[in-house]
Amino acid sequence: METIDREELLHMYEQMFKIRTFEEHVNELYMSAKMPGLAHLYIGEEAVAVGVCEALHRDDYITSTHRGHGHCLAKGASVDKMFCELLGKEAGYCHGKGGSMHIADQETGNLGANAIVAGSAAIATGAAFSSKRLRNGRVAVCFFGEGALGQGVLYESMNMAQLWKLPVVYVCENNLYNEYTHHSESTAGSMTARAEAFGIMTVEVDGQNVREVYESAHQLIERARQGEGPGFILCRTYRYLGHHVGDINRAYYRSPDEEKLWKAERDPLKTLETWLLANQMADSGIFDQIQKSVESEVEAAVEYALNAPYPKPEEVSQHVYV
Amino acid sequence: MSTFEIKERELTFGEAIKEALAEELRRDPLVFIIGEDVAEAGTTFKVLDGLVQEFGPDRIIDSPISEPGITGLAVGAAMTGLRPVVDIMFGDFLGLILDQVVNQAAKIHYMSGGKLKVPMVLRTTMGAGRRSAAQHSQSLHAWLSHIPGLKVVIPSTPYDAKGLMKSAIRDDNPVAIFEDKMMYKIIKGPVPEGEYTIPLGVADVKRPGEDITIVATSSMVHVALEAAAMLSEIGISAEVIDPRTLVPLDKQALINSAKKTSRAIVVDEGYEQYGVTAELASVIADGAFYYLDAPVKRIGAMNVPIPFSPALEDLTIPNATVVCEMAKSLCGKN
Repeated sequence: METIDREELLHMYEQMFKIRTFEEHVNELYMSAKMPGLAHLYIGEEAVAVGVCEALHRDDYITSTHRGHGHCLAKGASVDKMFCELLGKEAGYCHGKGGSMHIADQETGNLGANAIVAGSAAIATGAAFSSKRLRNGRVAVCFFGEGALGQGVLYESMNMAQLWKLPVVYVCENNLYNEYTHHSESTAGSMTARAEAFGIMTVEVDGQNVREVYESAHQLIERARQGEGPGFILCRTYRYLGHHVGDINRAYYRSPDEEKLWKAERDPLKTLETWLLANQMADSGIFDQIQKSVESEVEAAVEYALNAPYPKPEEVSQHVYV
Repeated sequence: MSTFEIKERELTFGEAIKEALAEELRRDPLVFIIGEDVAEAGTTFKVLDGLVQEFGPDRIIDSPISEPGITGLAVGAAMTGLRPVVDIMFGDFLGLILDQVVNQAAKIHYMSGGKLKVPMVLRTTMGAGRRSAAQHSQSLHAWLSHIPGLKVVIPSTPYDAKGLMKSAIRDDNPVAIFEDKMMYKIIKGPVPEGEYTIPLGVADVKRPGEDITIVATSSMVHVALEAAAMLSEIGISAEVIDPRTLVPLDKQALINSAKKTSRAIVVDEGYEQYGVTAELASVIADGAFYYLDAPVKRIGAMNVPIPFSPALEDLTIPNATVVCEMAKSLCGKN
């Protein structure tokens, strides 16, 4: 098993805290009507994106989802360009043309968030196809929620990935709810058996434990990199907030007690903090220090993005074609 | 002085397409073909016969029967450095792959603010008349022509098919090519040996004329040429013009022809309702309005699912007699 050193664990804590702080500011911007469009927050699921992306190289690929801010940040996106994109500003990752659900960043191997559920399953598989053909050693990770298990293209993609031993790892974030519907109402049978049926190496992990996510991801990613074929990781996780920012009254599909339980007992940040303290790898001062530094970075980025200019009107018809 | 008669080489429509693909596969190691039964079988239409022998199964790839999967895989491969050519056996199967084409391939360059690009080619077929019934006969090129971000190529001759295919493969955008399956073996024409390309977005006058313009696409070009021959016998000189690509569209060439002749008919094998003919007729009506002596008319496939029975299927496809009669009526000759 891969051992993770103290510096790396503190970096994971910082990345998870950055995602949470980022998302809290998104919520605030949205609620104060400063952010247009839709926002699907990742709060509660931070350990999945961070555990997986820390096991990737900078030039490895990811594809992301409508709930994608965490994946982008974990893969190395900067908060200021992220906020600019979310606010539709010129300095955003996509010149403001993509928005919250379509952030792509070639520099960090992010092939784009996708607003079609399972929409990037085949794309990530195609990126892995390129890696194999070009022999560049890159691995592609495809993030998706358990709702994507209802889409046929995911199975078509997994079939080809195993058939051709492509270096791709499918990361299923089971946050229990397909939008507002519990997966038990939409998904028959076993989730992991779906991947196993193709002969894909499959693991199920506690998605709230970043060390566990990292260790499994590292194993499957390196196995894929060696040409041994695709992997599938099922992460048990939880979306603290609604499907999107406007989903406030949630009692009709899940109980407040359930939400309280996950937050109180299975929080990814608290879990790591407690473990580091118990193993005397950190003192509480270090967490305060990380939090302050991240908060000031995120606040400065929000300020920067709020004041940044919008794209010029002539931008509207640019980039339709190369 | 001695004279040499150099006989131009003739290829079928299918042979010209295969030659274009083979040349591009030789020129660029990043190009590959993926589709159902494209390798040993050479496709169900045998158009790719022999390619796997030259380029091997790593570049001519038989896929599972998973149209959305292979199309999406090609999108991802194109985004990361390869130049895929996806073979979708029947145009009717566009219904299966629209998400990958419309929501993914067409939009990725724009949504990423110009950072990512998708240099892929989607080859598919069109055209009725093969007694293949409602799910293997449609001409659905209007669907993709509706979507910004895609280019749409619709060749009518072996010469055009080869030159346009090579340009499509070298283009950095997603390009769809609609090949009329009825033309693969039947249509033959001159194709010079060696390198040439035809730029996307340039129409071609297939027959010059003075009295009426017939804009036609794909196999309808041959229908229009047949009609033009019939018209010339009664003293009507028809100009047949082929846009060759629907996106980008050489609007000016269509407008100029209609300005010259003052009358125009548009013929296309897609369904007539909300179809390619409507768009092209509108371009002409708008651009040549003050020069027109008659309303712009259009002829498309009948607005019915394509029936199996030969007795019924043939009724749904535009033919030379229908085009000829409409031209005569516009020219006041009946």
